Amino acid sequence: MTVTAAFFYLFAGITVASAIMVIAARNPVHSVLYLILAFVNSAGLFILLGAEFLAMILIVVYVGAVAVLFLFVIMLLDVDFAELRQGALQYLPIGTVVGIIFLVELILVLTTYAFDPALLNLPAAAERQTGVTNTAQLGSVIYTKYVYFFQLSGLILLVAMIGAIVLTLRDRPGVKRQDAAKQAARTRETSIEVRKVNSREGV
Amino acid sequence: MPVETTASGIPIYAVPALGPALPEIIMAVGVLALVLYGALRGERSTGVVTAAAIALMAFTLGFVLTMPAETQITFADAFITDGFARFMKALVLIGAIVALAMSREHFRRAGIDRYEYPLLILLAAIGMMVMISANDLIALYLGLELQSLAAYVIASFHRDNARSTEAGLKYFVLGALASGMLLYGSSLVYGFTGSVSFPEIAAVLTEGANPGVIFGLVFIAAGLAFKVSAVPFHMWTPDVYQGAPTPVTAFFASAPKVAAMALAVRVFMGAFLTIVDQWQQIIVFIAVASMFLGAFAAIGQRDIKRLMAYSSIANIGFALLGLAAGTQQGVEAVLVYMAIYMVMTLGVFACILAMRRGGVELETIDDLAGTARTHPGFAFAMAMLMLSLAGIPPLAGFIGKYYAFWAAVEAGLVVFAVLGVIASVVGAYYYLRIAKIIYFDEPVGAYEPMPGFLRGVMAVSAVFTVGFWLVPAPLVAAAGVAARSLF
Repeated sequence: MTVTAAFFYLFAGITVASAIMVIAARNPVHSVLYLILAFVNSAGLFILLGAEFLAMILIVVYVGAVAVLFLFVIMLLDVDFAELRQGALQYLPIGTVVGIIFLVELILVLTTYAFDPALLNLPAAAERQTGVTNTAQLGSVIYTKYVYFFQLSGLILLVAMIGAIVLTLRDRPGVKRQDAAKQAARTRETSIEVRKVNSREGV
Repeated sequence: MPVETTASGIPIYAVPALGPALPEIIMAVGVLALVLYGALRGERSTGVVTAAAIALMAFTLGFVLTMPAETQITFADAFITDGFARFMKALVLIGAIVALAMSREHFRRAGIDRYEYPLLILLAAIGMMVMISANDLIALYLGLELQSLAAYVIASFHRDNARSTEAGLKYFVLGALASGMLLYGSSLVYGFTGSVSFPEIAAVLTEGANPGVIFGLVFIAAGLAFKVSAVPFHMWTPDVYQGAPTPVTAFFASAPKVAAMALAVRVFMGAFLTIVDQWQQIIVFIAVASMFLGAFAAIGQRDIKRLMAYSSIANIGFALLGLAAGTQQGVEAVLVYMAIYMVMTLGVFACILAMRRGGVELETIDDLAGTARTHPGFAFAMAMLMLSLAGIPPLAGFIGKYYAFWAAVEAGLVVFAVLGVIASVVGAYYYLRIAKIIYFDEPVGAYEPMPGFLRGVMAVSAVFTVGFWLVPAPLVAAAGVAARSLF
C-alpha cells in the first residue's frame, strides 16, 4: 500500500508540476514536451488504478498522435508565442492571489469536515474483484450499458469534423489535380491536333 | 444488481431499451443520411438538405408530441423522458425549425448558403434534446458539448467576415472555460456522492450536503450560468450576438436558451432539490444581477443585435427567478416564461432580418425610424413585440413575468420579486424608446420587400403576444402538466 501511495504522489506531483510548466515555459516546443510529460504521468496514475487499457490509450492517442500534431502545428505556424504569453503573465500576481484565497477557503472548509471513511475504502479497480481485464470489461459495456454515451461521443466527433471542414476547406480555382478517369479517357483525337503548317508562315 | 457473466467472468449486459430515445435516434439517423447526401451532391444540395432538415425536425416534433406522457428511463439511468422533456423538446424543435427556415434567404444573399448549416442546426438540436433528457452528469456534459460545438461553428459560419470569426473564437474559448468549470464541478459531485446519476445524487443528499458537494454545485452552477448567459458569465453574449450572422443570432437567442434552462431545471430540481437552501442564494444572485445588468447595459446600445443580447440576459434573469423559487410553481413559471420568450424573440429577429435597404443589412435602431409610415404592419408587429418584452399588460411578456414574480413571492423571495419589478421598469425605457423611434421619428426610407416566411413568423409572433391573454389556457395547462412530472 505504501509503495502505491509513494508512486501516486510521484506521478501526481510530476503531472501537476509539468502542467504548470506547460503554461509557464517560454518556448512553445518545451510547452508541448511538458504536456507529453503530463500525459505520460497521468497514464502512470491510470496504471495505479488498474486501468491499463486507458493508460495505453492515453499514451498511444494523446502522446503518439495529438501531442505530435501539436508540435507540427507549432512548427508550421511560426507564431511568436513568447510574445503572446508576455501579456498573460502580467496577470499572474493577481491570479495567484485569487488562487491562494480560493485554496485557503477550500482548505478551511474541507478541514472542518470529517471525511466519510466509507468513501476512502471504495474499491479502486474493478479488476481486483472480478479477475477480468478492464479491456474485456470495457468491451462488454461500451455497446450495451454505455451505448448512449459512446454514440453521443461519435456525434460530437462528427460535429468537430464538419466544423473543421466548413471553416477551413476552400475551393481554389485553377489548382491542377490529377484525374485518373480523365487521363484514361483521353484519345488520340481529343488530345492531338494535326495542323498543316505552311513554310515560313508559322501556326 | 447481480450481472450475468460468461465462463471467463466477463459480465454480459443487455442492450438497453431504445424506445424512449426514439426521437433522438430518428434525428441522428437522419443527420447521418443528410451528411452523406450533402457530401455526395456538394454545394448544389443546400436547398434539398435544408428542406429535409426542416421536415426531419417537424416529423420528430410530431413524434415527440405523440409520445406517452409517463416517465420512462433507459440507457443505464442516463436518459429520462417525461412530461417536462416532452414540453421542452417541442419548444426547442419549434425554435430550431423557425430559425433554420428564416436563415435560407439571408444566407443566399450573403453568398454563404452551404449545406453544412442545416446539418449543424440538426446536430445542435440533438444535443439540446439530450440536454433536456439528461438524467446523469455524463449525459448532461455530452449533450451540452454537442450543442455548444455546433454553436461555435455556426457563430463563425460567415468565415470571410472578421466579426463573425471573432465571435466564433470568443464563444469557443469562453465556452471551453465554462465546460472546464462544469466538468470540475461534476468530478467533485461524483467524488463526494459516489454517483453521477441525478436520482442517486439526490438520494445521497437527503442525509445533508457536505462541503465537497457544495463546491461542485457552485462550479456546475457557474458552467450552466455561462450557457444561459447569466451575469456574471454573460460577457460573451453581446459580442457573439453582434458578430454572428443574424439568422444564427436568432437561433442562439431561442432554442439553446430554452435547452440550457431545461438543463438547469433538471440539475437543480432533479439532483439537488434536497439542498435547495444551498443553491437558492446563488440562483437568486445571478437572477437579480442579470435582470439589472440587462436593463441598464441595454440603454446605451445603438446596435439592435447587441440590444437583443442584453435583452436576452435580462429575460434569463426573470426566468431564473422562477427557478430560484425551487417549487413546482417555479418550474411552471420557467416553462411558461421560456415559451413566451422564445416566440417573442423569434418574432423580433424576423423583423430584424427584414431590415434591409439596397441589399445592405441594417443593424442600428435608428434604421427603424418612422417605419410606422412606410411599413405600418411591420411597425405595429415590432412595436407590440417590444412592448411585450418590456412587460406591458396585457401582452404575453407581462404574463410570463407575472408567473415568475408570483412563484418567487410564493416561495418567500418577496424582496427579489420587487427588485425584478424595478429592473423591468428600468428595462421598459429602452423597449419604449424603440417604439417611439418607430412611431414618432422621421422616416429614412423604405425597406426591401419582406420575404413571405419572415412575414409569417412576424405575424404569428405578434398575434401570439397580443392575443395570449385571451386564451392562455393551452400553454399554461401544458406547462403545468410538464412541471408536475418533475415532482
